[in-house]
Order: sequence, then structure tokens, then C-alpha cells
Amino acid sequence: MIGYFARKLGTYVLAFFLGATIDWGIPRLMPGNPVQIYVAKFQLQSPGAWEALNKLFTKAFGLNVPVWKQYLNFWNGVIHWNFGVSYTQFPEPVSHVIFSAVPYTLALLVPAITLSYVLGNRVGAMAARRKALDNTILPVGYFFQAMPYAWLALAMAFFLGAYYRWFPIGGAYAQGMVPNASWSFVWSLISHWFLPFMTVFLVSFGGWAIGMRNLVIYELETDYSRYLRSLGASERLVRRYAYRNAVLPQLSGLALQLGVVIGGNIVTEVVFNYPGLGNLIFKAISGEDYFLLQGIFLFIIVGVCIANFLIDIIYVLVDPRTRLSMQGAQA
Amino acid sequence: MTASPGEIGPAAGVEEASSLGSSSTEEVGAGSEPVLGPVGSIAGGGVEARATVAAGAPVVGAPSGLGVGPRQFTGGRRWEFLYFALRNKKLLLGMSVELVFVVLAIIGPAIAPYNPSKFVARPNLGPSGAHLMGTTYFGQDVFSQLLYGLRDSYLVGFLGGLFAAIVGMAIGFSAGYRGGVLDEVLQVFTNIIVMIPSLVLLIVISAYLKTRGILFEGVFIGVTTWPWVARAVRAQTFTLRERDFVDLAKLSGRRATSIIVKDIAPNMASYLFLVLILLFGSSILLAANFDFLGLGPTNTVSLGTMMNQAMLWSALQLHVWWWFIPPGAVITIIVAALLVANVGLDEVFNPRLRAT
Repeated sequence: MIGYFARKLGTYVLAFFLGATIDWGIPRLMPGNPVQIYVAKFQLQSPGAWEALNKLFTKAFGLNVPVWKQYLNFWNGVIHWNFGVSYTQFPEPVSHVIFSAVPYTLALLVPAITLSYVLGNRVGAMAARRKALDNTILPVGYFFQAMPYAWLALAMAFFLGAYYRWFPIGGAYAQGMVPNASWSFVWSLISHWFLPFMTVFLVSFGGWAIGMRNLVIYELETDYSRYLRSLGASERLVRRYAYRNAVLPQLSGLALQLGVVIGGNIVTEVVFNYPGLGNLIFKAISGEDYFLLQGIFLFIIVGVCIANFLIDIIYVLVDPRTRLSMQGAQA
Repeated sequence: MTASPGEIGPAAGVEEASSLGSSSTEEVGAGSEPVLGPVGSIAGGGVEARATVAAGAPVVGAPSGLGVGPRQFTGGRRWEFLYFALRNKKLLLGMSVELVFVVLAIIGPAIAPYNPSKFVARPNLGPSGAHLMGTTYFGQDVFSQLLYGLRDSYLVGFLGGLFAAIVGMAIGFSAGYRGGVLDEVLQVFTNIIVMIPSLVLLIVISAYLKTRGILFEGVFIGVTTWPWVARAVRAQTFTLRERDFVDLAKLSGRRATSIIVKDIAPNMASYLFLVLILLFGSSILLAANFDFLGLGPTNTVSLGTMMNQAMLWSALQLHVWWWFIPPGAVITIIVAALLVANVGLDEVFNPRLRAT
């Protein structure tokens, strides 16, 4: 058991290490120099001032030391969770800016991922071998699965937001409102949250439902299912076994799917101007806020690692064979 | 890695799993449970898992009896597949939709009524006879843009799918066939790549790389979406390499690459074909999201960039729905048709799934 998780943790540490190194390396490998981009913004005329400013920024970015030292300094910053100061929201430190956006992103992602997974699996399992349900859910599921997040978000924002005005769009709560504990504020939060949540939810939901339907159909045709039926087991029992087996590949699929959902979430936040990490990252590109960009990238990788670890734990809980083989490995 | 011919089938699989075990959850399951669950890249996933199940199951689970193993695919049953393919409604429906759009993508620029980037009419005109899908904020013809953009979206989907398939198969085959240390290393590598979200990586790269072409986008999609392919191909190779015919090939002294290409790959050809289709679809979707954020090719118009422009120039607020609804709808139809065709093909290849 310990060996299994130690191994998993090792992978996460490596992933984090590689991610951080990419994060550090990209600005240095890419053509163009961030320092010059910043200096160019001041539109200086005299070469002396240009020179001085260039020197100042090079020092501020820590680029005046050898590369290996820059790398060590970078890790020092990572360990202390210090990514420098945001350029677009000067003088806020990057970590503050990130932490103020994280709750919004989590409020979208966590319910969307868990609900779409749980409900999608249920509905998919129900659709398997039930013709009426299958004929309605399957086409709808394909449709949702085939939608680009950006388009579903735009369509929802237009029809339900801009056109019929059922839901407000833009921001996390009504403009001019001050966060407080009143019902009207909570209602404002929920009504702003609903459409972006539905966007992320619906696309994933279609995928899970279809995947589960297909897996359960397959499981219902396996030898063990036939054997169970021939023993006179109720269809309900057979289905329960089928479900338990089918849920495993879905779970490892969830781990693979995280990156795509996070990407979808970024797009959705941009469409709805929802103040989470996705929106922040978008603003960081247009504002050329490289420190902020670096910080968000690292933060997301940490998030993915944690989520993967949780999925691993759930996998062990759900699949008795994993538990058994781990005990076997120890004995 | 030598395997005695006696160790074929499920038993060998289980042993494999427990000895190699615990490098990731999937292997532990892989022994008695052939399903790997590469519920992958298409948003929400799920269909891939089916493909794995469909093609993978007979190899491990049912060495004899009902399953048409991928082995028979290369045998004399090719016409049988054609027979079922021509009678599979899902496959026919998906393929005909796809054909229409491919033709449109090819002849699109020739039949487009206007130059897609030129000012041709009053801005933000609604759909009419002269402008089937209205005009943009800049007075460009949306329908013409759509016809041009279709080609780029297909091209990116094709490039991305192709590169992902190449990388995924190369890694999956070598890990699965060689096993041992190489397998371990490649596994860890794959698991690491899974954890780096492609969109975020692309955002960081794009912040520095100001000009990007279609090729860049295709390659980028390829090098970030291969992990589920590698995992699935590895699992399949794992079960195939224990078979008699692979042992025979090894005895005859052929090189590993030749065994993989000539003996192992053909036995999972149907599965690889399904993988390609799914990769194609997911690449189109990914590219749409990239383009929407303005991270796509900087020099062309694609379906995703149309939505990007619409968003940037307040199409939402101005109620110019004809600017962003058509491109997204076309992507949805293209990808949905691919998914439907994929399920149809799955049924063609795997008799167990044919409608009962």
C-alpha cells in the first residue's frame, strides 16, 4: 500500500518538477526578450535612459546572474511560494492575485466535474439496453460531447443571457455589489455562476453518459454476466456487477480528462468574464504579465497533481483487485 | 523478455500485472480486466473506452469462442466487414455527413461568394439572400469565412491527429513490446505528460511566440494529446506479444520493428483505425478552443478564430449571433458525425456489439 502511493507520489513530484522547469525555461527559450518588451512600453527617446531601464529590469527579473543561478533562484521562489509581483495588478504579489481567483475556478470545476461524472455514469448505465432511453440520450450525448466549449458558452451566453436575459452574464456577481452575507448577494452569485457551470457540466456529461452506456453494454455481454444470468440472478444484480466493472475505466478516464476540462473551463470563464484563473490567465497574456503567467501555470499543475492523487485513492477504494494486488506485493 | 508459449491468455496477463504491477493503477487492473479506459481527449471522453473494450476484449478475455479477435481482421473476413459496413446506419450517416463537409472544405474557396477578409457590405447585417449568414462587424461575409475556415479546421484536425497517433503508437508499441525498464520509463513519462494541461502550456508558449502557423498548432496538439493512445496501444501490445505468432516471429530472427509493424500492428488495425478517428475529432475540438482564445494560427481564418473575432467585437452584446453560431455548429456537426461513424465502425469490427 505504502509502496504504491510512494510510487504515485514520485510521479507527481516528477511531473511538478518537469512542469516547473518548462515554466522556467519557456521564457528563456522563446524568441524575444521580455525585458525589451517591457522597456519598449515606455517609448523612450534617449539611448541613455533606455540603457538604464534595461539594466533595471534585467536586475528586477533576476536575469543578471548566470543561468544555473537563475534556475536555483526560481526554485527558491517556488518553495517560498513567491512568484514576484504582478505587472497588471501592481503592486499585488502574484500569489495574492492567484489566490483571489482560485475560489471562483474551484466553484465551477469541482461541482461540474463531480456532478457530470456521477450523473453521467448513472444516466449512461440506465441508457444501456433500454431502447427508449438509449434513443433519446445517445444523440443528445454525442451532440454535447462534440461541442467546442467556446461555442456552447457563447450560445448559452447569447440565448439565455444577452437575448432572453434569464441570467446575467459577466462577472461573479452584479456590478456595483459589495460582497456581503445577504441573500440578494448569494442569489447574485448563484445566478452568475449557473451558466458557466452548465457549460462545463454539459460537455462532460455527454461524454461520461456515452462512455458508460457503451461500457455497460459490453459488460452485460461478458461471460460472467451470462453466467450470473444462467444462475438465475436478477437483472438488477447483473447490472450492478456490470456497473462496478464499467466504472473503473471511467475513473482512469477521469484522470486523463482533467486537462481537457481545465482547458474548457478557461475558455468558459473567458466567455462569461468569470473572475477565475482562466480569465486571469487570459488577462495575463494580453497584459504581458509574465510572472503572473508563470505562477498560474505552476498552480494549475499542482492542482492537477492533487486531483490525480485523489483519483488514485478513489480507484483503490473502488477496485478490490488493486487493494489485493498491493497486499500481495507486500507479502 | 521471453515468454514460454504455455503462458498465453488471461493467466499470463494476470501475472504480468502483478509482477510489473503498481506502476500505475491501470496495470493492476489490466490483468483480468482488459479495459484500460483511455477515456480520452474528446471532451467528456468515454467513447474511447468503448473502442478499447471492443477491440481489446477478445484478445485477453476470450481466447476462444465468440469474439472476433483482431486477428481475424487480416484474415479472409475482410469482405464480411465491408458487408456489415454498408449496412451499418450509424457508419453510413456519419460518413456521408463527413463527406459533404470534406468536399465543401476542398472546393470551399472556389465557391465562396466573397473574399473572406474584404469589406463587402454593411457591418453586422443579418442573414439574407445576398449574405447567407450575414456579415461581421467589419462587413465581411460570414458564409465565405466559413467556407475558408472549414479547410483550416480540417487540416489542423488531420495534422494533430496524425502527430498524436505517431507519437502515441511509437511510445505505446515500444513500451508494450519491450517491457522492462523501457516500459517503466515510458510509463512514468506518459503519466507526467498527462498532468500538464495542454491549453495552459500553449498559453504560456504563445505569450512569447507571436507568430504561429497551422503546422505549429498541429504539432502542438500532437505532442500533448498522445498519452491515452500510448496507454491503450501499450496494453494491447502487452497481450499480443505473448501470442504464439509473435514468438515464432522472434524465433525467425526478425527485428523488433519489423515484428511490430508486420505482426502486431495489423492485429490491432481495426482498433488503431478507431483511435485515428477519435484523435481527428478531438484535435478539431482542441484547435477550436485554442483558436477561440486567439492562440491559433496567426495568419489564417479558421472556424475557431471566427468565434474569437465575434467575441472580441461584442457580437454577444450586439446580438450578432450569425457570426459565432454557424462556425461552432459546423464544428459540432463534424465532430458528432465522426463520433457516430466511430461507433458504427466499432459495431462493424466487433460482432458482439452489433445490434441485438
